[in-house]
Amino acid sequence: MDATRTTPDAPGTPTRFDRRDFLRVTSLAGGGLLLGTWLDFGAVGALGAAEVADEFMPNAFIRIAPNGAITIMAKNPEVGQGVKTMLPMLIAEELDVPWESITIEQAMSDESKYGRQVAGGSTATPTNWEPLRRAGAAGRAMMVAAAAQTLGVPEAELTTDGGAVHHHASRRRLTYGELAAKAATLTPPNLANVTLKDPKTFKIIGKSKSGVDNRKIVTGQPLYGIDVTVPGMLYAVFEKAPVFGAKVASANVDEVGRLPGVKKAFVVQGGTELSGLLGGVAIVADTWWAARSARRRLRVTWAEHPTSAQSSAAFAARAKELMAGAPQQTVRNDGDVNAAFAAAAAVVEAEYDYPFLAHASLEPQNCTAHFANGKMEIWAPTQNPQPGRQLVASTLGIDAKDIAIHIVRGGGGFGRRLNNDYMVEAAWIAREAGAPVKLVWTREDDTQHDFYRPAGFHKLKGAVNAAGKLTAWQNHFVTFGEGQRFAPAASIGPTEFPYAYIPNFSFGVSTMPLGVPTGFLRAPTSNAIAFVFQSFIDELAHAARRDPVQFRLDLLAQVSTEPATPERAATPVVAERMRGVLELVAEKSGWGKRTLPPGTGMGVGMHYSHRGYFAEVVEATVSKSGEVKVTKVWVAGDVGSQIINPTGAIQQVQGSVLDGLGNALRQEITIEGGRTVESNFDEFELLRITEAPPVEVHFRITDHPPTGMGEPALPPVIPALTNAIFAVTGKRVRSLPLSRHDLSWG
Amino acid sequence: MKVTFSVNGTSRTVDVPADMPLLWILRDMLDLKGTKYGCGIAQCGACTVHVNGRADRACQIPASALQGRRVTTIEGLSADASHPLQRAWQELDVPQCGYCQAGQIMQAAELLANTPKPTDEDIDAAMYGNLCRCATYVRIREGIHRAAVIAAAGQEG
Repeated sequence: MDATRTTPDAPGTPTRFDRRDFLRVTSLAGGGLLLGTWLDFGAVGALGAAEVADEFMPNAFIRIAPNGAITIMAKNPEVGQGVKTMLPMLIAEELDVPWESITIEQAMSDESKYGRQVAGGSTATPTNWEPLRRAGAAGRAMMVAAAAQTLGVPEAELTTDGGAVHHHASRRRLTYGELAAKAATLTPPNLANVTLKDPKTFKIIGKSKSGVDNRKIVTGQPLYGIDVTVPGMLYAVFEKAPVFGAKVASANVDEVGRLPGVKKAFVVQGGTELSGLLGGVAIVADTWWAARSARRRLRVTWAEHPTSAQSSAAFAARAKELMAGAPQQTVRNDGDVNAAFAAAAAVVEAEYDYPFLAHASLEPQNCTAHFANGKMEIWAPTQNPQPGRQLVASTLGIDAKDIAIHIVRGGGGFGRRLNNDYMVEAAWIAREAGAPVKLVWTREDDTQHDFYRPAGFHKLKGAVNAAGKLTAWQNHFVTFGEGQRFAPAASIGPTEFPYAYIPNFSFGVSTMPLGVPTGFLRAPTSNAIAFVFQSFIDELAHAARRDPVQFRLDLLAQVSTEPATPERAATPVVAERMRGVLELVAEKSGWGKRTLPPGTGMGVGMHYSHRGYFAEVVEATVSKSGEVKVTKVWVAGDVGSQIINPTGAIQQVQGSVLDGLGNALRQEITIEGGRTVESNFDEFELLRITEAPPVEVHFRITDHPPTGMGEPALPPVIPALTNAIFAVTGKRVRSLPLSRHDLSWG
Repeated sequence: MKVTFSVNGTSRTVDVPADMPLLWILRDMLDLKGTKYGCGIAQCGACTVHVNGRADRACQIPASALQGRRVTTIEGLSADASHPLQRAWQELDVPQCGYCQAGQIMQAAELLANTPKPTDEDIDAAMYGNLCRCATYVRIREGIHRAAVIAAAGQEG
C-alpha cells in the first residue's frame, strides 16, 4: 500500500509484483465480452486463439504468490448487493482454492483490464457467470500444466484440491504457491477451451459465504467513500440551486471565505446538463463542520430559471388533460381492442399514478479528489465509474487517461450512484482549491438533488369475456419527455407484460416536459408499472369473478404462439417460468386454503424484470380505522439453475421486498416551485423495523443460466400489498403512496 | 473551546467549536470513522454511540456537552470483534451495504445489556430509531437473538 495515503480497504492500491513471482491469468475481459450478455459469450468464445491472446491482460483477476498467498480481484462496485463476495466466488470455485484462504481486493476502475465495471441492471451475475469461472479455470489449468511438467507426469493423472495439485499415484502434492513461478512461464490457455466444473462438484458456489467486508463493518473500520482520508485533505460542502440547474446570480463568498476554518469559498458557474456539473457555491474548510457551519451564513441569489414554476400538482393536472385525449404516440395496437370491448362480459376502466421517489442511500453522496501535476485522482463510492471518468474529463478538460478512479464501497446505491454528479463536483472543487478535497453532501442536499424515479400516470381499460378470460387491454401512459425523447427512466418497453398474452392489446404514450432530474431507481420502470399492471389485472380478475391467482394462470396460458415478425417482437416473458413461481408462491402461502380472520387479507403480484421471475403474496391486516400492517410476505423466484451465494441471494430478496413496501407506504417526492419539498428522513420516510414483516423466500431452480438478484424481487410486492388491502377493505388503491388514502372500512 | 472526554477508555482533548457535534469530532478530529453520518437530525441512528453507558445519537451531542463524558464507539465495543453482536452479525451475514450497522450494533448492545433475552417486540421497540435503507431488518432481529444465545453461552462457559 502506498505509504502516503490511507484509503479504506486499500481499494485497488497498486502493489508492485515481480513478473516472475506471479501467475497471470485473465478472462476475456477487455471490451466486448463483459459488455455483452450471457448469450454473447458463445460468439466471443468462438474466437480464434490469436484474437483471444490479444485480450490477455496481466494480473487482471488472479495473483498467486510463491508463499501461497492468493489474491482475487473484485471487479465491480459494491454498494450492498454482494458482488464483492459473489463474483470472487466464481473465480475461486474454478481455480479450486479454499475460500477462507484467499484475499479479495477491490479493483480500481480500469476498463482495459476488467471490462465494464458497473453496479446496475442486476447484470453482474448474467454477464460474469461464465467469463469469471473461465478465468478461474484457466488458472487451475495452468497450475495442472505446471505440475505435470515439474513432476514429469501426464496432466490426466493430476487433480486439484485445497489450492494444490495432487498426483495420487506417487502421493506427491505441489501447492499453487510452489507452482506459481513455473506457471508464470506458461502460455495461458484459450479461455474458450478451458474445462469448467460439473456444477454437482461445486465446493464454493451454492454455499453461503458471509460478506467479505463484514468484519470491517462490525468493527467500524474505514471502508466507505465518506471514510476516505488523504494527507492534507480539506473538506467541502456545495450549495446548488433548489430549482434544478439555476445559476448563481450573486453570493456573499467574500464574507463566507473569512469565516472560521474556511479556506476558500467560490462560485461554480456550472453547465446546463442536469446530470453534469451544475452551478452553485463551494465552501472548502479545514473540517467538514466548519464548512457546514459557514454555509449557514451563505446568502445566494439564484438567477431566474425556466422550470421554476413546475410542480407535482401541475404535472398531475396536465396528465389528466392528456389522458382525456388520444395518446400522442401509438406504440402498439394489436388485434382490435374496441371490438373486444364491445363484445365483453365486463369492461373495467381505471386511472393509476405513482410519485417521484428519491433513492435515499444512507451514506449521502460524497467523493474525494486530488488534482496535482495535471493528474486527477478520485476516490468515489460510485456504481458507474467509467462514465464518471468521461464526465470529469470533458467537464474539466483533462485527458481521461490522466484520471485515476478508486472504486470505494458505497453505503447503498439503489441506482443513485449510477450518476456521477458528486464526482465531477469534487474534482472541480479540488482543482480550484489546490488541495485534496473530500466533498460530503448533507442529507438535505442528497434528498433535494437526486435523480428521482419519475412519476407516471396511466389510463387503463380492460375487458373480460363470459368465460372469465382477459380479452382486451388498453393503456394510455402519460410520462415525461418531449416527443420521442423520454426523460431518463421514464419510458416503458413495447414488449412489457401483458404484451403478447392478450390478443387485443393497445399501448399509447403521451409526454410532458420535465425540468427535474430523473434516473434509475432499483428495478426501474418495473417498480412502478408492476403496481399499475398487477393491480389492474386484479381488478379484472374481480370483474371476471375469478380467483386472482387462477385468473393470472389463465392469462399466462393465453400467450401468443405467433412467430415474431419485424413489426411484432416476441415476448421476453416465458409463460412456463412465470407459472412456475406463481404456483410455488400460491402453494407456500396457502393461497385460497387458509381461513383468514376479518381484517386480514392476502394479495398476489408477479413480475418479470432483469431476467428474473418473481411472484409474491402479501398477508396484511387493515384496522377499521385504516392502519395497514404487513404480517408476512412469501416470495417465489426463478433466477435460473444456480443460486451462487444463498445468504446474499436471500438478503437481496428480503431487502428488495421490504424496499418495495417502504416505497408503497409513505414515500413521495413532491415538486413545488421547481424544487423538491422534502429534505430529510422526517419528510421522506424510510421503512422502520416495526414495519418489517417476515419474508419467506423460495427459489425454483430451472435449467437456465443464473441471473441477478438485486432488483427483480422488488416490483411484485407493491401490487401484492395493494391487492391485499383490497381483499380486506374493498378499496382499490390506484395512487401511491398509501399514506394518501383513507383505508378505513366496515 | 477545549473539551476533555473519554473515548473508548482513553482520555482525549480537542479544541473545537462549541456546537461541533460529537459525530464530527469522532470522525474528523479523532479519525474514528466507524460512527456514521446519515441525517444529522437524529432520524436514522447511523451515528449511535454510548455516552456514559447509554445509547445516544452522536449528531445531537455538541462539544459543549462532552466535558467529562465517557464515550464508547463501535471501535471500542470490543478489542477483537468478539462482542456477541459482532460475532452474530458476521455469522448470520447481517449487513448488506453495511453503512448503518455500526449504529444498529451499538443500539442493540444497549438492548442486550438491559434485556439479555429480548423478544421480537423488545427488539422492534429498541431498534425503532435505527434505519436500514437496505432493510436488513429480518436479519437484524435474527442477529440480536443469536447474539443473546452467544452471550448466554459465554456466561455459562
